[in-house]
Amino acid sequence: MILAADPIEVERGGRLALSAPGFEVAAGQAGVLRGPNGAGKSTLLRALAGLLPISAGDARLDGVSIHADREEFASHIAYAGHLDAVKPALSVRENLASWAALYETPLSGVDHALAAFDLTSIADTASAYCSAGQKRRLGLSRLLVTDRPVWLLDEPTVSLDAASVTLFAEAVSAHCDQGGIALAATHIEIGLPDGPRIDVAPPSEVAADENDPFLTGAWT
Amino acid sequence: MSVFALFQRDLRLAFRIGGGGLMAGAFFIMAVTLIPIGAGGSPEVLTRIAGGVLWVSALLACLLSLDRLFQADFEDGSLDHIMLAPAPLEMSVLAKAAAHWVTTGAPLIIVAPLLAITLNLAPGAYVALMASLLIGTPALSLIGAIGAALTVGVRRGGLLLSLLVMPLYLPTMVLGARAIERASIDLDYLSPLALQGAVTLAALAITPFAAAAALRVNMR
Repeated sequence: MILAADPIEVERGGRLALSAPGFEVAAGQAGVLRGPNGAGKSTLLRALAGLLPISAGDARLDGVSIHADREEFASHIAYAGHLDAVKPALSVRENLASWAALYETPLSGVDHALAAFDLTSIADTASAYCSAGQKRRLGLSRLLVTDRPVWLLDEPTVSLDAASVTLFAEAVSAHCDQGGIALAATHIEIGLPDGPRIDVAPPSEVAADENDPFLTGAWT
Repeated sequence: MSVFALFQRDLRLAFRIGGGGLMAGAFFIMAVTLIPIGAGGSPEVLTRIAGGVLWVSALLACLLSLDRLFQADFEDGSLDHIMLAPAPLEMSVLAKAAAHWVTTGAPLIIVAPLLAITLNLAPGAYVALMASLLIGTPALSLIGAIGAALTVGVRRGGLLLSLLVMPLYLPTMVLGARAIERASIDLDYLSPLALQGAVTLAALAITPFAAAAALRVNMR
């Protein structure tokens, strides 16, 4: 499996929100998106998950274009964004079990995911009583439950302690070893498997049009 | 199946938070009790307005819980993952509307005959009351789902949602009240019920597509 993207542009509200370079992430690799705040790393990940429309450029997963067959493309994607999508009224295990049912994956994956993110001891606690770090681990453990080959990770290590970061890096390594793909936006080195480093620069301002008297300063 | 899992999850969440149908049912009881107290009136007047009072109260009780239909999932990020799940978004919308009906519409049907006694409803109109609620309340959840999807990103969108949805509730409410009124004076009430059923079926056909399209626009 290979995730290949042309240079991608995304517009939001008529403004260019993202202008990303093209890249390729092969099976077993973990790509890292780098760039300053506001460069559009989150926008790129949401666009690749099919949650935002791409205005220019294409992304392909094993040759399947995101424009040609968005459903097929999205069916390989697991996404972990800024929000953990944790329901406080459900216990930790129930949260994961409900996602397993929604993604039509076997319930046996739930215990494995709980163990991988060191959540087994609090599996039957209501998620409302979890700390921010525990909620983040619960959100990340959904990646294992959904059982999909491409992981899109948006700042996955926020509010995780050092031990949890290690657990997470191990989970990503195991995923890549099994032929999975990861693409993470992160500011710190967390020991992910090798992969391309993709630098996303903030979209440039509109260049002054030579024929526009206002932009070229004719009014001064 | 993925869609059924979403239905189950929503039911479980509704019963954990706010006692599921209890809230809408309690509001329904309060509203139906308050109107005769405020309006005063003799038993004959109550008999005449009973159908209208019950239907207006049912409509308000339904509106009360609609704004959380998609917003709760939108705010905690669950909606992203529901969109990535294998079930088409159209079916997911239908599952959520169905769960909303089970937790708000269905309890109203159960308590309505008891409240009708306090409104001195004509003995011949009880069948029409139950039938019109059974046929009409699904339309309230379905049409409401479109409004909830349109206002999902709006902060405190509950009021806007009510303004959008209430005019669309008019046919269901008028036909329901008319069926009860005609039954109470021993006239044929099948034609208003049939028309009410037509409104519900039209809502069932339109809602999945309209609400899913509105959600996709709001996720951008």
